[in-house]
Amino acid sequence: MLANEDDILREAETWKRAGRGVAVATVIETWGSAPRPVGSHLVIDGEGRFLGSVSGGCVEGDVVAQAIDVIETGRPTTLEFGVADETAWRAGLSCGGRIKVYVERLD
Amino acid sequence: MDLSLLSRLNALRAERRPGVLVTDLATNAQRLVTPDGFAGDALADELDAALRMGRSGTVEKDGGRWFLTVQAPPVRCVVTGAVHVSQALAPMAKLCGIDVTIIDPRTAFASPERFPDVRVLAQWPDEAIAGLGGFDRYTAFVAVTHDPKIDDPGLIHALRSECFYVGALGSRKTHGKRVERLTAQGFAPADIARIHAPIGLDIGAVSPAEIAVSILGEIVAALRKKPLRAEQAA
Repeated sequence: MLANEDDILREAETWKRAGRGVAVATVIETWGSAPRPVGSHLVIDGEGRFLGSVSGGCVEGDVVAQAIDVIETGRPTTLEFGVADETAWRAGLSCGGRIKVYVERLD
Repeated sequence: MDLSLLSRLNALRAERRPGVLVTDLATNAQRLVTPDGFAGDALADELDAALRMGRSGTVEKDGGRWFLTVQAPPVRCVVTGAVHVSQALAPMAKLCGIDVTIIDPRTAFASPERFPDVRVLAQWPDEAIAGLGGFDRYTAFVAVTHDPKIDDPGLIHALRSECFYVGALGSRKTHGKRVERLTAQGFAPADIARIHAPIGLDIGAVSPAEIAVSILGEIVAALRKKPLRAEQAA
Protein backbone atom coordinates (compact mmCIF):
# COMPACT_ATOMS: atom_id res chain seq x y z
CA MET A 1 0.00 0.00 0.00
CA LEU A 2 1.51 3.30 -1.11
CA ALA A 3 -0.01 5.74 1.31
CA ASN A 4 1.72 8.99 0.47
CA GLU A 5 3.83 11.03 -1.94
CA ASP A 6 6.99 9.95 -0.16
CA ASP A 7 6.41 6.28 -0.82
CA ILE A 8 5.68 7.05 -4.46
CA LEU A 9 9.00 8.84 -4.99
CA ARG A 10 10.86 6.05 -3.27
CA GLU A 11 9.19 3.59 -5.60
CA ALA A 12 10.19 5.74 -8.61
CA GLU A 13 13.83 5.40 -7.59
CA THR A 14 13.46 1.65 -7.16
CA TRP A 15 11.90 1.30 -10.62
CA LYS A 16 14.66 3.33 -12.24
CA ARG A 17 17.40 1.36 -10.52
CA ALA A 18 15.73 -1.82 -11.77
CA GLY A 19 16.33 -0.53 -15.30
CA ARG A 20 12.82 0.63 -16.16
CA GLY A 21 12.05 3.84 -18.06
CA VAL A 22 10.36 6.14 -15.55
CA ALA A 23 8.52 9.46 -15.71
CA VAL A 24 7.39 11.56 -12.75
CA ALA A 25 4.23 13.67 -13.12
CA THR A 26 3.62 16.41 -10.53
CA VAL A 27 0.58 18.63 -10.01
CA ILE A 28 2.17 22.10 -10.17
CA GLU A 29 -0.91 24.32 -10.18
CA THR A 30 -4.60 23.98 -9.42
CA TRP A 31 -7.55 26.31 -9.89
CA GLY A 32 -10.94 25.89 -8.30
CA SER A 33 -11.65 22.75 -6.36
CA ALA A 34 -9.14 20.37 -7.91
CA PRO A 35 -9.25 16.86 -6.47
CA ARG A 36 -5.55 16.48 -5.69
CA PRO A 37 -3.32 19.13 -4.14
CA VAL A 38 -0.26 20.79 -5.65
CA GLY A 39 2.73 18.51 -5.18
CA SER A 40 0.81 15.27 -5.78
CA HIS A 41 2.74 12.75 -7.86
CA LEU A 42 2.01 10.08 -10.43
CA VAL A 43 4.92 7.82 -11.35
CA ILE A 44 4.77 6.03 -14.70
CA ASP A 45 6.98 3.41 -16.33
CA GLY A 46 7.62 2.80 -20.05
CA GLU A 47 4.90 0.17 -20.19
CA GLY A 48 2.26 2.40 -18.72
CA ARG A 49 2.24 1.01 -15.21
CA PHE A 50 1.65 3.76 -12.68
CA LEU A 51 1.45 4.62 -9.00
CA GLY A 52 -0.09 7.55 -7.16
CA SER A 53 -2.52 10.07 -8.61
CA VAL A 54 -2.81 13.62 -9.93
CA SER A 55 -6.61 13.70 -9.96
CA GLY A 56 -9.40 11.56 -8.69
CA GLY A 57 -8.79 9.25 -11.62
CA CYS A 58 -10.27 11.21 -14.53
CA VAL A 59 -7.05 12.41 -16.21
CA GLU A 60 -4.59 9.70 -15.21
CA GLY A 61 -5.09 7.91 -18.52
CA ASP A 62 -4.01 10.98 -20.51
CA VAL A 63 -1.07 11.67 -18.23
CA VAL A 64 0.14 8.09 -18.58
CA ALA A 65 -0.07 8.28 -22.38
CA GLN A 66 1.88 11.56 -22.44
CA ALA A 67 4.38 10.21 -19.94
CA ILE A 68 5.24 7.33 -22.24
CA ASP A 69 6.18 9.94 -24.89
CA VAL A 70 8.25 11.83 -22.35
CA ILE A 71 10.09 8.62 -21.42
CA GLU A 72 10.96 8.19 -25.11
CA THR A 73 11.93 11.76 -25.95
CA GLY A 74 13.34 12.87 -22.59
CA ARG A 75 11.63 16.24 -23.11
CA PRO A 76 9.65 17.49 -20.07
CA THR A 77 6.16 18.78 -20.77
CA THR A 78 3.39 20.61 -18.97
CA LEU A 79 -0.19 19.38 -19.39
CA GLU A 80 -3.34 21.22 -18.49
CA PHE A 81 -6.69 19.65 -17.73
CA GLY A 82 -10.15 20.80 -16.83
CA VAL A 83 -11.74 18.43 -14.39
CA ALA A 84 -15.24 19.77 -14.91
CA ASP A 85 -16.41 17.20 -17.44
CA GLU A 86 -19.32 14.82 -17.16
CA THR A 87 -17.15 11.90 -16.13
CA ALA A 88 -15.76 13.85 -13.22
CA TRP A 89 -19.23 14.88 -12.17
CA ARG A 90 -20.50 11.32 -12.28
CA ALA A 91 -17.58 10.13 -10.20
CA GLY A 92 -18.63 12.60 -7.52
CA LEU A 93 -15.57 14.81 -7.92
CA SER A 94 -15.57 18.52 -7.54
CA CYS A 95 -16.64 20.48 -10.61
CA GLY A 96 -14.93 23.49 -12.09
CA GLY A 97 -11.43 22.47 -11.14
CA ARG A 98 -8.45 22.72 -13.46
CA ILE A 99 -4.99 21.31 -12.94
CA LYS A 100 -1.56 21.75 -14.50
CA VAL A 101 0.74 18.74 -14.47
CA TYR A 102 4.50 18.75 -15.10
CA VAL A 103 5.82 15.51 -16.59
CA GLU A 104 9.54 14.74 -16.64
CA ARG A 105 11.71 11.73 -17.30
CA LEU A 106 13.85 10.29 -14.56
CA ASP A 107 17.38 10.08 -16.00
CA MET B 1 14.89 14.72 -13.12
CA ASP B 2 18.28 13.29 -12.46
CA LEU B 3 18.18 9.99 -10.59
CA SER B 4 20.90 11.24 -8.25
CA LEU B 5 18.66 14.17 -7.24
CA LEU B 6 15.71 11.90 -6.53
CA SER B 7 18.03 9.60 -4.66
CA ARG B 8 19.26 12.45 -2.46
CA LEU B 9 15.68 13.57 -1.86
CA ASN B 10 14.72 10.07 -0.77
CA ALA B 11 17.82 9.82 1.45
CA LEU B 12 16.97 13.11 3.17
CA ARG B 13 13.48 11.84 3.91
CA ALA B 14 14.78 8.59 5.37
CA GLU B 15 16.93 10.68 7.74
CA ARG B 16 13.98 12.95 8.69
CA ARG B 17 15.77 15.94 7.12
CA PRO B 18 14.03 18.67 5.09
CA GLY B 19 14.81 19.78 1.56
CA VAL B 20 13.26 21.57 -1.41
CA LEU B 21 13.60 20.44 -5.02
CA VAL B 22 13.57 23.52 -7.27
CA THR B 23 12.52 23.09 -10.90
CA ASP B 24 12.99 26.01 -13.30
CA LEU B 25 9.85 25.75 -15.44
CA ALA B 26 11.50 27.64 -18.34
CA THR B 27 14.75 25.69 -18.59
CA ASN B 28 13.79 22.50 -16.68
CA ALA B 29 17.00 22.88 -14.66
CA GLN B 30 16.72 21.41 -11.17
CA ARG B 31 18.50 21.74 -7.86
CA LEU B 32 17.96 20.34 -4.38
CA VAL B 33 18.38 22.86 -1.58
CA THR B 34 18.60 22.03 2.13
CA PRO B 35 17.99 24.71 4.80
CA ASP B 36 21.72 25.36 5.26
CA GLY B 37 21.77 26.45 1.61
CA PHE B 38 18.67 28.68 1.68
CA ALA B 39 20.51 31.89 2.54
CA GLY B 40 22.76 31.61 -0.50
CA ASP B 41 19.94 30.75 -2.91
CA ALA B 42 18.28 33.25 -5.26
CA LEU B 43 14.88 32.08 -3.91
CA ALA B 44 15.90 32.25 -0.23
CA ASP B 45 12.66 33.81 1.09
CA GLU B 46 10.44 31.63 -1.09
CA LEU B 47 12.24 28.46 0.02
CA ASP B 48 11.98 29.46 3.66
CA ALA B 49 8.26 30.21 3.38
CA ALA B 50 7.48 27.04 1.43
CA LEU B 51 9.29 24.81 3.90
CA ARG B 52 7.68 26.49 6.89
CA MET B 53 4.23 25.90 5.46
CA GLY B 54 5.21 22.43 4.29
CA ARG B 55 3.57 23.25 0.98
CA SER B 56 4.79 22.63 -2.58
CA GLY B 57 3.94 25.27 -5.16
CA THR B 58 4.87 27.50 -8.08
CA VAL B 59 6.71 30.75 -7.41
CA GLU B 60 7.38 33.66 -9.74
CA LYS B 61 10.22 36.10 -9.31
CA ASP B 62 12.06 38.49 -11.64
CA GLY B 63 10.25 37.07 -14.67
CA GLY B 64 11.16 33.44 -13.88
CA ARG B 65 8.87 30.61 -12.74
CA TRP B 66 9.88 27.74 -10.54
CA PHE B 67 8.11 24.81 -9.00
CA LEU B 68 9.15 23.99 -5.45
CA THR B 69 8.68 20.40 -4.32
CA VAL B 70 8.79 20.69 -0.57
CA GLN B 71 9.86 17.78 1.52
CA ALA B 72 9.39 18.34 5.22
CA PRO B 73 9.74 15.41 7.61
CA PRO B 74 6.45 14.27 9.13
CA VAL B 75 5.78 16.25 12.27
CA ARG B 76 5.61 14.11 15.36
CA CYS B 77 4.45 14.67 18.88
CA VAL B 78 5.96 12.76 21.77
CA VAL B 79 3.91 12.76 24.97
CA THR B 80 4.87 11.60 28.45
CA GLY B 81 1.72 10.46 30.20
CA ALA B 82 -0.82 7.94 28.97
CA VAL B 83 -3.52 9.97 30.69
CA HIS B 84 -7.01 11.24 29.88
CA VAL B 85 -5.71 14.37 28.09
CA SER B 86 -3.46 12.27 25.84
CA GLN B 87 -6.36 9.95 25.01
CA ALA B 88 -8.07 12.99 23.49
CA LEU B 89 -4.91 14.55 22.07
CA ALA B 90 -3.77 11.48 20.11
CA PRO B 91 -6.71 11.21 17.67
CA MET B 92 -6.93 15.02 17.25
CA ALA B 93 -3.22 15.28 16.44
CA LYS B 94 -3.56 12.42 13.97
CA LEU B 95 -6.29 14.35 12.12
CA CYS B 96 -3.80 17.21 11.79
CA GLY B 97 -1.28 14.84 10.23
CA ILE B 98 0.88 14.66 13.35
CA ASP B 99 2.36 11.32 14.30
CA VAL B 100 1.90 10.68 18.03
CA THR B 101 3.98 8.54 20.40
CA ILE B 102 3.01 8.22 24.05
CA ILE B 103 5.49 7.24 26.74
CA ASP B 104 4.43 6.04 30.18
CA PRO B 105 6.23 3.43 32.27
CA ARG B 106 3.04 2.76 34.25
CA THR B 107 1.62 -0.21 32.41
CA ALA B 108 -1.87 0.29 33.84
CA PHE B 109 -1.97 3.63 31.99
CA ALA B 110 -0.03 2.62 28.88
CA SER B 111 -2.43 -0.07 27.73
CA PRO B 112 -3.43 -0.63 24.09
CA GLU B 113 -7.12 -0.71 25.14
CA ARG B 114 -6.88 2.89 26.28
CA PHE B 115 -5.00 3.94 23.15
CA PRO B 116 -6.21 2.13 20.04
CA ASP B 117 -4.09 2.89 16.93
CA VAL B 118 -1.54 4.94 18.88
CA ARG B 119 2.08 4.02 19.48
CA VAL B 120 2.38 3.65 23.25
CA LEU B 121 5.73 2.82 24.83
CA ALA B 122 5.49 1.39 28.36
CA GLN B 123 9.04 2.47 29.15
CA TRP B 124 10.85 5.16 31.12
CA PRO B 125 11.48 8.27 29.00
CA ASP B 126 15.28 7.86 28.74
CA GLU B 127 14.93 4.42 27.23
CA ALA B 128 11.92 5.27 25.06
CA ILE B 129 13.42 8.49 23.65
CA ALA B 130 16.71 6.75 22.85
CA GLY B 131 14.66 4.15 20.97
CA LEU B 132 13.01 6.93 18.97
CA GLY B 133 16.42 8.22 17.91
CA GLY B 134 16.09 11.38 20.01
CA PHE B 135 14.14 14.54 19.17
CA ASP B 136 14.63 16.70 16.06
CA ARG B 137 13.24 20.10 15.06
CA TYR B 138 10.07 18.46 13.67
CA THR B 139 9.22 17.06 17.09
CA ALA B 140 6.84 18.53 19.66
CA PHE B 141 7.23 17.32 23.24
CA VAL B 142 4.31 17.37 25.65
CA ALA B 143 4.59 16.43 29.32
CA VAL B 144 1.25 15.66 30.98
CA THR B 145 1.81 13.06 33.72
CA HIS B 146 2.02 15.56 36.63
CA ASP B 147 4.77 13.25 37.90
CA PRO B 148 8.28 14.78 37.86
CA LYS B 149 9.86 11.30 37.80
CA ILE B 150 8.33 10.79 34.35
CA ASP B 151 7.96 14.33 32.94
CA ASP B 152 11.35 15.74 33.94
CA PRO B 153 13.54 13.26 32.03
CA GLY B 154 11.46 13.96 28.91
CA LEU B 155 11.74 17.73 29.41
CA ILE B 156 15.49 17.43 29.84
CA HIS B 157 15.76 15.60 26.50
CA ALA B 158 13.49 18.17 24.86
CA LEU B 159 15.44 21.18 26.15
CA ARG B 160 18.70 19.67 24.93
CA SER B 161 17.20 19.16 21.46
CA GLU B 162 15.83 21.36 18.67
CA CYS B 163 12.19 20.42 19.41
CA PHE B 164 9.95 23.08 17.87
CA TYR B 165 7.56 22.89 20.81
CA VAL B 166 7.90 21.95 24.47
CA GLY B 167 4.89 22.06 26.77
CA ALA B 168 4.25 20.91 30.31
CA LEU B 169 0.96 20.52 32.17
CA GLY B 170 0.61 21.99 35.63
CA SER B 171 -0.32 25.13 37.50
CA ARG B 172 2.03 28.08 37.87
CA LYS B 173 2.97 26.75 41.30
CA THR B 174 3.78 23.30 39.88
CA HIS B 175 5.78 24.95 37.14
CA GLY B 176 7.65 27.07 39.69
CA LYS B 177 8.91 23.89 41.36
CA ARG B 178 9.76 22.48 37.93
CA VAL B 179 11.82 25.56 37.13
CA GLU B 180 13.74 25.06 40.40
CA ARG B 181 14.49 21.42 39.55
CA LEU B 182 15.61 22.23 36.00
CA THR B 183 17.75 25.11 37.23
CA ALA B 184 19.40 22.68 39.65
CA GLN B 185 20.08 20.47 36.63
CA GLY B 186 22.03 23.32 35.07
CA PHE B 187 19.50 24.76 32.62
CA ALA B 188 19.64 28.50 32.00
CA PRO B 189 16.50 30.66 32.27
CA ALA B 190 16.43 31.05 28.46
CA ASP B 191 16.33 27.26 28.03
CA ILE B 192 13.59 26.85 30.60
CA ALA B 193 11.61 29.68 28.97
CA ARG B 194 11.12 27.41 25.95
CA ILE B 195 8.63 25.40 28.00
CA HIS B 196 5.02 26.41 27.41
CA ALA B 197 3.61 26.29 30.93
CA PRO B 198 0.85 26.28 31.87
CA ILE B 199 0.47 24.25 28.70
CA GLY B 200 -1.93 25.18 25.89
CA LEU B 201 -3.57 28.27 24.46
CA ASP B 202 -5.59 30.26 26.96
CA ILE B 203 -9.09 29.29 25.82
CA GLY B 204 -10.45 28.48 29.25
CA ALA B 205 -10.26 24.75 28.57
CA VAL B 206 -11.81 22.56 31.26
CA SER B 207 -12.37 19.01 30.04
CA PRO B 208 -9.53 16.73 28.88
CA ALA B 209 -10.68 17.11 25.26
CA GLU B 210 -10.72 20.90 25.56
CA ILE B 211 -7.25 20.87 27.08
CA ALA B 212 -6.15 18.69 24.15
CA VAL B 213 -7.56 21.32 21.74
CA SER B 214 -5.62 24.07 23.51
CA ILE B 215 -2.39 22.04 23.40
CA LEU B 216 -2.85 21.14 19.75
CA GLY B 217 -3.60 24.77 18.86
CA GLU B 218 -0.39 25.83 20.57
CA ILE B 219 1.58 23.15 18.70
CA VAL B 220 0.16 24.23 15.32
CA ALA B 221 0.97 27.87 16.09
CA ALA B 222 4.55 26.94 17.01
CA LEU B 223 4.85 24.98 13.78
CA ARG B 224 3.28 27.43 11.33
CA LYS B 225 3.74 30.96 12.57
CA LYS B 226 6.86 32.74 11.50
CA PRO B 227 8.85 34.08 14.42
CA LEU B 228 8.05 37.78 14.66
CA ARG B 229 11.53 38.96 13.86
CA ALA B 230 10.63 42.62 14.27
CA GLU B 231 9.37 41.95 17.77
CA GLN B 232 12.43 39.93 18.63
CA ALA B 233 14.65 42.74 17.44
CA ALA B 234 12.70 45.34 19.42
